[in-house]
Amino acid sequence: MNLSGKRVILHDMSLRDGMHAKQHQISIDQMVSIAQGLDQAGIPLIEVTHGDGLGGSSVNYGFPAHSDEDYLNAVIPNMKQAKVSALLIPGIGTVDHLRMAKDLGVSTIRVATHCTEADVAEQHIGLARKLNMDTVGFLMMAHMTSASTILEQAKKMVSYGANCVYCTDSAGYMLPTEVTQKIGLLRRELPKDVEIGFHGHHNMGMAIANSLAAIEAGASRIDGSVAGLGAGAGNTPLEVFVAVLERMNVKSDVDLFSIMDVAEDLVVPMMDHPIRVDREALTLGYAGVYSSFLLFAQRAAKKYGVSARDILVELGRLGTVGGQEDMIEDVAITLSKQLAANK
Amino acid sequence: MNNKLKAAIIGPGNIGTDLLMKMKRSEWIEPVWMVGIDETSEGLKRAREMGVKTCSTGVDGVLAHIIADDIRIAFDATSAYIHAENSRKLNALGVLMIDLTPAAIGPFCIPPVNLKEHVKKLEMNVNMVTCGGQATIPIVAAVSQIQDVAYGEIIATVSSKSAGPGTRKNIDEFTRTTANAVEEIGGADKGKAIIIINPAEPPLMMRDTVHCLTKDKPDEKAITESILNMVKEVQKYVPGYRIKNGPVFDGNRVSVFLEVEGLGDFLPKYSGNLDIMTAAALRTAEMFAEESASGSLQLPSRA
Repeated sequence: MNLSGKRVILHDMSLRDGMHAKQHQISIDQMVSIAQGLDQAGIPLIEVTHGDGLGGSSVNYGFPAHSDEDYLNAVIPNMKQAKVSALLIPGIGTVDHLRMAKDLGVSTIRVATHCTEADVAEQHIGLARKLNMDTVGFLMMAHMTSASTILEQAKKMVSYGANCVYCTDSAGYMLPTEVTQKIGLLRRELPKDVEIGFHGHHNMGMAIANSLAAIEAGASRIDGSVAGLGAGAGNTPLEVFVAVLERMNVKSDVDLFSIMDVAEDLVVPMMDHPIRVDREALTLGYAGVYSSFLLFAQRAAKKYGVSARDILVELGRLGTVGGQEDMIEDVAITLSKQLAANK
Repeated sequence: MNNKLKAAIIGPGNIGTDLLMKMKRSEWIEPVWMVGIDETSEGLKRAREMGVKTCSTGVDGVLAHIIADDIRIAFDATSAYIHAENSRKLNALGVLMIDLTPAAIGPFCIPPVNLKEHVKKLEMNVNMVTCGGQATIPIVAAVSQIQDVAYGEIIATVSSKSAGPGTRKNIDEFTRTTANAVEEIGGADKGKAIIIINPAEPPLMMRDTVHCLTKDKPDEKAITESILNMVKEVQKYVPGYRIKNGPVFDGNRVSVFLEVEGLGDFLPKYSGNLDIMTAAALRTAEMFAEESASGSLQLPSRA
């Protein structure tokens, strides 16, 4: 693979996707110090929101230690060069949240929908574009549909006003061939001035390989997370990815040793559990299940005396999509009733 | 003697057609007009085949027939944008309006919770909230009838095939309107609503989860009984409404996992979300008719 001379924008997820791994309990101090470390290391874009995006604070997804407003207010004024993005999932957050984020200085809004349901994002993408924001359409669980459907949905997002569209491997299910096929088709068919992005999870150990395949196929924005802090087995670990990019002569303007230090000195010490491909995270990838289900499934397994792996496999079989966290306890109860009936 | 109230349906789409099929079986409401805007539309064709009069020039086209045909009640299944006008014109002729759009210019109506109050007051316009609201607010109310609910949250999951372009274009309307009604009608101090659209094939049945956080430790026995009674009330007009799991008690959290299967009239059985709207709207109209027949309610007088 020859990527020499290419340029990518690295987008850090540790303070948004990483919120899943921390049950949305990252403190303001931790958030500011990590963001400052990333800013100094040259990361151009940092996402700061509840793990499930603006307005995600809920019983279903978890109540955060602080509100989106508080986090954004604390981080944004401390940034020297980095810009801050926010995630918005229609059906959870609304345009009111979007306006709030814009007012607090968020420059990039990422409007996320399930990969076949782009039309729920029309209001939000349209408004972000009207507000002159960097407007990204984020097609989640992209492994669940064909490349041609991803393209058709991406075109809808572009028609609403998105200047960048993501193919998002929310379940960490994809292998590099699939990434190449999907990103490649988007790059060939979408207008040249529309950027393509890739967001990976490491549940099958493929996040670095998939991100490289994405760059080769034409993606110019790659999501990752310092120390991999993210849902499931985490996102593409940024310090590793930066080292690989340097070896391959891909330009990212991120300083390797600085980001290594942020990972080791700031992020790893605050992890509640090691972010790795453990049995359940691997099940997510293998069964194609939304990565943030991990901790919920482990807790429900403990509470109802069933296996977390069985819960996740059943959620995969049911075709659940991002945001259906409420199904986890429901499935756990049903499985425990079945166990009791079979005794 | 025929005690049926005569009705007009505005909007011959999926909802309007399903409503018409249900109304044909009603002992209290007689469908007379189906109002659309396109003479050649499938919806008006279906309505003609089902033996009701049709009008293809919108509400204006039916105004001249309201008094002659003794139309007393109208169902608006169009859009929030034109509902206010439709309602104003029909109210002026003494027609009660049942609003199935997200316009919500009248008070919210969740039949087993507050329909009786609306009937007593002869509200001329009631709003049916949202599908997720119809499915979940009875449960929030069942809990808040027992003790104070500090926070009520509902998650509605509907199949992709049952989520029409109107819902998709205005998904924020769903979350806002439903959250408001969780507070106003459900009785929670603070409400939150989430909607998920799932494209699985075969389409999944409507699923709803209700989480209530009570102020004090929940009285498990009383709350369970209240919820089970409420489910029976909803089942009177939506037989496929059932508890899948729960109530679960976890600290101050009370959670109920629901499934809503439709009757499969015009809309497939998985579209419990659409069915619960049409069934609740018809149930609302029927109660106005029952009270009017028994003499306890005086409809606007007509010369």
